Order: sequence, then C-alpha cells, then structure tokens
Amino acid sequence: MKKAQTMDKKVKDIIKKYYGDKTAMIAILQDVQEEFRYLPKETLSFISKKMDVPLTRIYEIATFYNAFSLKPRGKHTIEVCLGTACHVQGASRLIDRLERDLSISSGDTTKDKMFTLEEVRCLGCCSLAPVIRISGNVHPYLTQDELPKILRNYK
Amino acid sequence: MSTIKTLEDLNKAAKRGLESIIPSKTKIMVGMSTSGLASGAQEVYDALAAEIKKRKLDVVLCKTSAMGMDCIEPLVEVIQPNRPRLAYSRMTAKKVPEVINQVAKGVVDGFKPTYRMDEEDYLCLNEKKPYFKGPLPNDVKDIPTISNVDFYKKQVKIATRNCGMINFESIDEYVAKGGYFSLYKALTQMKPEQIIDEIIASGLRGRGGGGFPAGVKWQTCRRAHGDIKYVLCNGDEGDPGAYMDRSVMEGDPHSIIEGMIIGAFAIGATDGFIYVRNEYPLAVANLQRALDQARAYGFLGNNIFNSGFNFDIKIGKGAGAFVCGESTALMTSLEGKAGEPRAKYIHTVEYGLWNRPSNLNNVETWANVPAIISRGAKWFSSIGCKNNSGTKVFSLVGKVNNIGLVEVPMGIPLKDIIYEIGGGIPGGKKFKAVQTGGPSGGCIPKSLEDISVDFDALWEAGSMMGSGGMIVMDETTCMVDIARYFIDFLEFESCGKCVPCREGVMRMNEILHDICGGKGRPGDIELLESMSKGIVDGALCALGSTAPNPVLSTLKYFRDEYTAHVRDKKCPAGVCKALIRFSVSDEKCTGCGVCLKKCPTECISGEKKKTHVIDQTECIKCGVCKESCKFDAIIVE
Repeated sequence: MKKAQTMDKKVKDIIKKYYGDKTAMIAILQDVQEEFRYLPKETLSFISKKMDVPLTRIYEIATFYNAFSLKPRGKHTIEVCLGTACHVQGASRLIDRLERDLSISSGDTTKDKMFTLEEVRCLGCCSLAPVIRISGNVHPYLTQDELPKILRNYK
Repeated sequence: MSTIKTLEDLNKAAKRGLESIIPSKTKIMVGMSTSGLASGAQEVYDALAAEIKKRKLDVVLCKTSAMGMDCIEPLVEVIQPNRPRLAYSRMTAKKVPEVINQVAKGVVDGFKPTYRMDEEDYLCLNEKKPYFKGPLPNDVKDIPTISNVDFYKKQVKIATRNCGMINFESIDEYVAKGGYFSLYKALTQMKPEQIIDEIIASGLRGRGGGGFPAGVKWQTCRRAHGDIKYVLCNGDEGDPGAYMDRSVMEGDPHSIIEGMIIGAFAIGATDGFIYVRNEYPLAVANLQRALDQARAYGFLGNNIFNSGFNFDIKIGKGAGAFVCGESTALMTSLEGKAGEPRAKYIHTVEYGLWNRPSNLNNVETWANVPAIISRGAKWFSSIGCKNNSGTKVFSLVGKVNNIGLVEVPMGIPLKDIIYEIGGGIPGGKKFKAVQTGGPSGGCIPKSLEDISVDFDALWEAGSMMGSGGMIVMDETTCMVDIARYFIDFLEFESCGKCVPCREGVMRMNEILHDICGGKGRPGDIELLESMSKGIVDGALCALGSTAPNPVLSTLKYFRDEYTAHVRDKKCPAGVCKALIRFSVSDEKCTGCGVCLKKCPTECISGEKKKTHVIDQTECIKCGVCKESCKFDAIIVE
C-alpha cells in the first residue's frame, strides 16, 4: 500500500512539473521512465485518470516510441549501437557475444536484474565505431574480446 | 547579466568574449563533446586541472567541442600570449605533466603538437585575427599549420565555424565571433521581405536532405494565412552513421538559435521549437543552457533589440522514433502524440504544427543563416557549384583512415573526400563504395568516385545527399548485407500507418534475410525489384517511398554480389555467416594458441607451434579467432 502511495506521489509531482499539459505527454512519460527505469502499469492508469486522457492514447505513445519500456529493466542498460558505421565495423558480433555471455536475447533483462541488453540505431558516435553505451558511458573502438572485462566493472 | 538592446551593449559583450577567447594569460582547451568524452577527455581535463593546481600555474582551463577530426581525440589545445595555438592529439592523463611542462616553459620540447594555428578566422566579421605578432617562434617552425593537415586542407567551414573554437558554455565568446550581430542587422536594418530575398539569392538549400530552397519555403510560410506561426528546427538526426547536427548542437548551439530568430522575424513567427532526439543528452543540455543565456540577454523574449519583435524557443525531446525526422511526423510528435506522418499534399508551411503555418528547417540550415546575413548572399553563392551554393557537413566514417566531421564546398569530387581528406582506406584494402543519405540513400561505387558531391549529382547516381552521413566501405563489406541492414532498420522504424511500407518492407526484409542466410531462390532479385517499384509508388511518406533505395542502388552497381549469394551460395566479402567458413592458414599459423584460448565453443585444436585446426561442426562463426590472430592466419571464405 505504502509503495503504491509513493509511486502515485512521484507521478503526481511529474505531472505538476508540466502543469498537467496534455501535449507534454511524451516528456511526462520520459520522466516517469527515468524515475522507475520503465513505465509501470499502475503509473499509466494513474496518469490516465489524473490527466483525463484515455489509457489507450497513453499506451499508443508508450508503445510507439522506442525509448519506452513496459517491462522492468535491469540496473544497467547496455545499448549496442547498430548504426551504419558500427555495423560495417562488426557491431553484430558484439551483440552476438553479449547475448551468449549474458544468456539473454536482445531486449531482455538478466535474471539478477543487473543488465538489460538493447540494440539502438546510432548513438551518433560514428567516429568511435563500434561502440556500446552502458548506463550512459560510451565505450569506444570495441572488440568482442574486451566485453567481459567491461561488464565486470559494472557489477 | 543585463539585457542587450543596443549595438553598444552588443559590442561590450563581444569585447568580454574576445578577452576570454584569447586571454592575456595562457589558456588550455579540452575538446569535450560526446566523441571526446568517450575517448577519455574528462580524465585528461581532470589531470590537467590537478597538475595546474599542483604547480600553482596561472592558467585558464576550459572546455570546447570537437573541431572535426575525431580520430585524434582527446584533443588539448594551448593558447599562450604571442605564440601560435598548438593542438596536442590523442592525449592521456599520463601525457599531461609533459604538456604542462611545455606550457610552464613556453617552449615545445619533446612531445610534439600535431598541428598549429597561426590565426583564427572570424567568419561572420570577415576578418582573421593572428595569435601572435612578429616572427614565428623557432621551436614551433616544424609543426605543420592546420591548413597543411590533409584532413583540413580542402575544408571550408561555415556551419561548423565555431565548433571547437569557442567554449560552448559562453555566449560572450559566440558574440565575439560575430554572433548575434546578424540578428541585430536583420532586426534593425532589414525588412522581413529583404531577409527572405537575401536567403533566396544565396541559394541556400535545406541541409536535412531534401534540398528544397530555404528562402522559398520561408516566403510561402510568410504568405500563409494565420496569426500564429511557428519556426521549427529539426534536430532529430535519425540517420544511422550521421552526427553532424549533434556536433553543431553541442558545440555551437547559439548559431542555430540566432538563425531561428532571424527566420522567425522574416516569416512573422512568434514561437519556435527545437526537436532533439532522445539519444543526444549533451546536445539537449547545451541547447537548454544557450536558450537560457539568450533569454537573459534579451535575444529571446519581448521587444528584441527594441524592434518590437517578440519570439521564444522551446525544446521538444524525441523518444526514439526514426520516422519523427519526417516533417509531418515531427510536428505530430511535438503535439504530444505518436509521431505518425500524414499525406504531404497539405503543406506544413500552411497547416503544420497545431494546424498553423510552420516552417521547418534542419540544424545545419539554421546555422548557415547568420553567416549569410552578415556576409551577404553574393559571398555565400560564390562558394560551391551551380545550383548548390555553400558547403555541406558530412560525417566521414567507416573504413577510412581519417574519421571525423568534414565541411566541404558543394561540388567537391567524391575521391577528394575519401583519399585526401579521409586519407584512403586502412590496411591497404581496396575502396569499394560509399553510402550516403542514410536509409533513404544509396551506395556509390568506386567507378563513380569522380562524381561531384552535390544534391543533383548524387540523386542522379541513385543515392542522395541526405543529412550528410558518408560511410566508406572496403572490399570486406558485403553489399547485400548492407542492403539487408538498411531494410531491417526501416522495417523496425516503419510506423505502420500505410500498407506498402508496413507489409512491403517486411517482405523485402524476409527475402534479403533468406538471400544472406543461403536460402535465396532464383527469381528473388527480380521480385525485389518489382516490390521496390510498388513501394516507391504507393507509400505515404518519404520514409516509405525511399525505403527501397538501398536495395535498388546496390542492385544497380553490385548485382554480381546478389547473384553470388543466390546462385553460388557464396558471400564474396566474407560477411554473411551462413555462407562462409573459417579455417586456418597452414603457411601463416605459428601455433601460438591465442585463438584456441579465445574460442567460446572450444572448437579450435592443435599443439603449440603447430598449425591449428577448426572443427567446422562446432564453429559458430563468431569471428573472435580472426580478430585475435596477430598473424592474419584465419582464412574466411
């Protein structure tokens, strides 16, 4: 009960920050996602009631944009860049290796909730290809061999 | 900070800025854009700060953005009174004491700077200011000037004029470079129609990829009916392999803001929005800071420069959708909805954001505007080639030696960019093709390397300018795999609104997956061609109607590679996993055992100092053996 209340309080504050403006829905969802690392179902119904926007509209936005996740995410998000520059420098081998080492598929979270593995289309660091970004830190010029050591630093 | 209303106030700010650009004491600058930070610039910055404190030196340490040559970052630049500006490349924390030694002594000794700059260009003021007077100091004589560095030799900087030259956190430094003087000129000395005429005369074409004349768009928007109009900036740089706009937003945010205010005045708009993609947190932060500064100075807000003109800009953040780079989808997304595009026969300059007249230009286009207003249309149109005036920024990446951001005059031959600026292909490999225009573009083969790089010539060659990604490919890049890569991307990013794009691109992707997976059937290539035609004709927006381009252009120039995949079940470049096998060369293998240790499936066996063998039934073709072999003994065929 208490947990739900703090959740509602946090979401309420976020809505307030944008003055409940319906056109700021994307920004509101982004803040909610930043707070909880994903969009919990309860928060979406809460926003729907509070802002008087049909839940289907909110789900439309939440599922349209790649930045949103309806599933809980791990402590660290590993984003493997699959931009063109990274692709020609062998980024697909990095994703294969991470999938093997973490025993998950791209898009999933490890059992210990440490890592979520994601493919992204271009982080704009093409000069450093191939790159991955873990919790906001960009790791440049990677080979699959270096991955285990990098991951150890985040555990 | 007090507001700036007169030319006198503006000159005062410029004076303050100049004192911080070239101070009377030593100044050290560190390139801290995303690429610099990823290469370790923060560590270098901290080490510099610690060393300066330890030795109690009277030195200004500040941040700047990337100048373009990203492959030599982290970059540290030193400006000392009456000495040329020196650039130390590939810096590490370890090298810091040595650089500080040189700074303390005021002499280059030992660790050498990569290049020097004798003077600094103030493009908007049309002047060059030297860093030193009198003869060149002896110790720097053999360091090449920046204009002698291959990477910079043929570049002409307009849109990226301040990137890496000023501290992006300082509005005064931007003003010192001639910034906001164009705005003053536009608001106090020019009529809106005059500004539009100037932009039309300059021949500036939209740098986002379409190449539509910017001035004509402004004019149509000005003439459109409505009390409330918007100017928008497209910073949703979604093309994979492109980061020009990120660099400008991070390194020189005020140039975009100034351009937008001038545009808004010319069009008669009251509000502006900059739409930035979610993946660029640093760009959002720098733009936000710049907007706050501009507001504090009164460049945004009411009665700008006492002209009676009111205008303000907000930032809209994307949430990761490629289609939102399309104009109508971008506007829908700004309205807070799912960013689906709509049919284009209703022009956004008449019915755009919230159904009001809206003028959208991309980051680079806006950044060009202040330079055109200050230097004039004639000057701008003297750069470039016929119907393509000015410069274009490209991100030169992929299999090329000098990787980075380049700004070149339109019409430059492609081979100049690849061989001279880019320094050719690494590892002595052969140049195969260059991909331009992102997922909507195509591949230009080696046989067309003389092509003039401009909107029209690239279009004729089956590709397009796009926003400016230029990905160089060598003989180890498989062109079918590249086509599959882009179609895969487009299938993922298709918004699903219209059938040709949603279903057609998905089917094309399935066929390409089959071809790359060794399951290609006779007739597949022809099927791809006929489907492409259907999608081009039937799709609703530009994402769909240009989606088949990567397939069509690779088919046009590299049909033999498709045939090899379908008929011979071979991948000539050695990329497609299902069609290749790894083996060990008897001649080259020294039996060092590195691959044996690294192989995840333990399928490599062999005694020390004897040729190793790969068990083909266990090999998962991960390629780690090839990556780790120092003797190039792993054969891919």
